[in-house]
Amino acid sequence: MFSQASNFVEGVDKAFLIISGISLVFLIGITFAMILFVVKFNKKRNPVAKNVKESRSLEIVWTVIPTLLVLVMFYYGWAGYAPMRDFPDDAIQVKATGRMWSWSFEYENGKISPTLIVPIDKAVTLNLYSPDVLHSLYIPAFRIKEDLVPGINNKMWFEAGILGEYDILCAEYCGERHSYMLSKVEVLTQEEYDAWYYKVDDNTNAAEAGLKILQVNGCVACHSLDGTRLVGPSFKGLWYSTKTVTTGVVSRQVTADEEYIKESIYNPSKDMVDTYPKVMISYKESINEEQLKQINAYLKSIEK
Amino acid sequence: MTENNSTASHISYLEETGGRSGIFKWILSTDHKRIGLLYLYSIATFFIVGAALGVMMRLELMNPGQQFVKPSTYNSLFTLHGVIMIFLFIIPGIPAVFGNFMLPILIGAKDVAFPRVNLLSWYLYVIGAIFALSTLVFGNGPADTGWTFYAPYSVNTETNVSMSVMAAFVLGFSSILTGLNFIVTIHRMRAPGMTWFKMPLFAWSLYATAWIQLLATPVIGITLLMIFAERLLGVGLFDPSLGGDPILYQHMFWIYSHPAVYVMVLPAMGVISEVVSTFSQRKIYGYKAIAYSSLAIAFIGYFVWGHHMFTSGMSGPARIIFSILTFLVAIPSAVKVFNWIATLYGGSINVKAPLLYALGFIFLFMIGGLTGLILGALATDVHLHDTVFVVGHFHYVMFGGTGFAFMAAIHYWFPKMYGINYNMKRATSAFWTIFFGFNVMYFPMMVVGVMGMPRRYFDYLPEFHIPNFISTIGSWILSVGLLMMIGNLIAAFRKRKKAVDNPWNGKTLEWSVNTPPTLLNFDEIPTITKGPYEYHEQ
Repeated sequence: MFSQASNFVEGVDKAFLIISGISLVFLIGITFAMILFVVKFNKKRNPVAKNVKESRSLEIVWTVIPTLLVLVMFYYGWAGYAPMRDFPDDAIQVKATGRMWSWSFEYENGKISPTLIVPIDKAVTLNLYSPDVLHSLYIPAFRIKEDLVPGINNKMWFEAGILGEYDILCAEYCGERHSYMLSKVEVLTQEEYDAWYYKVDDNTNAAEAGLKILQVNGCVACHSLDGTRLVGPSFKGLWYSTKTVTTGVVSRQVTADEEYIKESIYNPSKDMVDTYPKVMISYKESINEEQLKQINAYLKSIEK
Repeated sequence: MTENNSTASHISYLEETGGRSGIFKWILSTDHKRIGLLYLYSIATFFIVGAALGVMMRLELMNPGQQFVKPSTYNSLFTLHGVIMIFLFIIPGIPAVFGNFMLPILIGAKDVAFPRVNLLSWYLYVIGAIFALSTLVFGNGPADTGWTFYAPYSVNTETNVSMSVMAAFVLGFSSILTGLNFIVTIHRMRAPGMTWFKMPLFAWSLYATAWIQLLATPVIGITLLMIFAERLLGVGLFDPSLGGDPILYQHMFWIYSHPAVYVMVLPAMGVISEVVSTFSQRKIYGYKAIAYSSLAIAFIGYFVWGHHMFTSGMSGPARIIFSILTFLVAIPSAVKVFNWIATLYGGSINVKAPLLYALGFIFLFMIGGLTGLILGALATDVHLHDTVFVVGHFHYVMFGGTGFAFMAAIHYWFPKMYGINYNMKRATSAFWTIFFGFNVMYFPMMVVGVMGMPRRYFDYLPEFHIPNFISTIGSWILSVGLLMMIGNLIAAFRKRKKAVDNPWNGKTLEWSVNTPPTLLNFDEIPTITKGPYEYHEQ
């Protein structure tokens, strides 16, 4: 009856069905009574209103029964929810980073991926991290959601039950590209997962490695690779182009060279290219000098 | 029933100019009825602006992909829509318009306790409104934070959040002063013999509301001031990069903003009690239960704010306690619904536009309330929190509830306020158009929310298309209905068909005074000997 996409679907959907079922009975019953009374006691049929005596026992009944029913609803809400907060000890730990406006997932062996890759039937705990504003990691198919609050270590867990791909959405409004802050959960078999997890990344091609860094750090959410204008300037044609930047109030021309790109990543709000909003945070913590070189190699490869 | 004209002995408040002319007889008048109308015109204006912004949002969401505005424009649209509808329409709405106009008459008083403060609160409203709209012109564009102004985004964004929060701050004072005025008026100015339990239920609901306005609004005032200080001085209250706590902001925001939901809906329930009783020609069923449940809602309503934060990382026990309390606050609301339905039983029901809006209220408010139970339960809230389901839910409560009650009130009291009648047939067809359009617009939001579409989305995945498309069509039907309703009321001023003193055969005091009322409402303050709904002793 319930989807097994995650171990929480049944609890959530059961609560949903029970609450909406009881609600529907009330809605239909009361609406029916309302229409019935309006017809039956219409002025034309009933020119003089009756003085109906109030019944204390009726009032007690219609207070006590709803009270009991809402307590039942509360119970199912709590029963479906309690396991979400009961974290297993042997779960795979993944650091889930959400920042304006992309996701990345870091595994215990240091592997970083822009999508969340998990094995089937295995508990996974997501340790939520946001470097900027509030986000909320939402997987509708799994019925789970938890906010990413900067400065606070929230977490969530699940066990996926069906192979396949599911949407990850950001549910807490986070600015201009909130609705594009998307990713996927990929549920793999244990063998496929292990193969992915233990594969050593081939970093011999610097440009390819550079692209990967731009992806996992979410750079491409705002900087397109094909010249499209998003929130920030496109990466295409950036390498050694001439930019007009404003530092404080002073404008000047600069060439987008290695030094400029390093500054733009480590200290993005210092020199602002005109007409773009001042929204980028520093990536000094997440991108090192070696990775900068790889990014440069990639930028050079899409020079034109 | 007597046909009444403004004879020499009965000069209506509309003809009483106080020696002022033109606009000054309005903006300098301390007559509670003129102030009520000042509010009516300003609030109606902002409602139309807010609704237009809503229609624009629906147009953008009609199809996936960018339709006609940029993402940043869309984000400002829903923020401005929320700020206008919440702070400029629905919070002041019924108390400031119908409370001001009717409360003194309902309790047998000549005016509110502090007429000048009353006018001051309207000026504060206008100043707040100007602040809010000034963000369209000044600064880096209107705020793009959503009406909730969640930190740290609201602290960091370059748009004009500072001005928007100042607007809400000033509007808060307008609300506080109205609340204060009503509390004192109800305590001190009831006519001789009007004991607490002889007061009409609309007065009771205003009383419960006024306490929330007085006690809860200062919290939002200081919270928004803290956002302002954070942006201006970087004091580090809410922004974690400065050592602040974003969850603290959410607590403070909802400590006001949840009780504020009852500021919006309690007066609406008061209106419905009046209308249902009058049009059934029956004493309201369970008068005391309704009066007490207003107070119970106002009281429990203070302690449920945490249900807005079930996914924020709040502690487990807190989530459970807030969930239980949320379910308990549903009980007094349910009791009220049962009382209204029981009032219909055995009545002599006159199905006219005000009653249709009231019955529409009961139906839509039930859907709003019952979907609220789904959101109050922990498991389902985790799934549905911050989805379009929530948007559908609160529009059923706020618009289907309070909005419909506002329309019930205007159709109920219009003849008394202006001394003229509107066309009842057109009012009825406008109601059905609004009711139909409303459901076509908002019900699909619940569906797409259950499917998993988050709210405040400029663009969406293809699987969310059909409900969004239907919802947009609904927004057009709803707009047509609203225009029909407004057009019909405006047309009444051209036709000027004179209204009688008591067109609905109501028993509360406003139906015993002249139509329109005189400046001081009563020739002689009445002495009250009967309850407010004595239909059965002839």
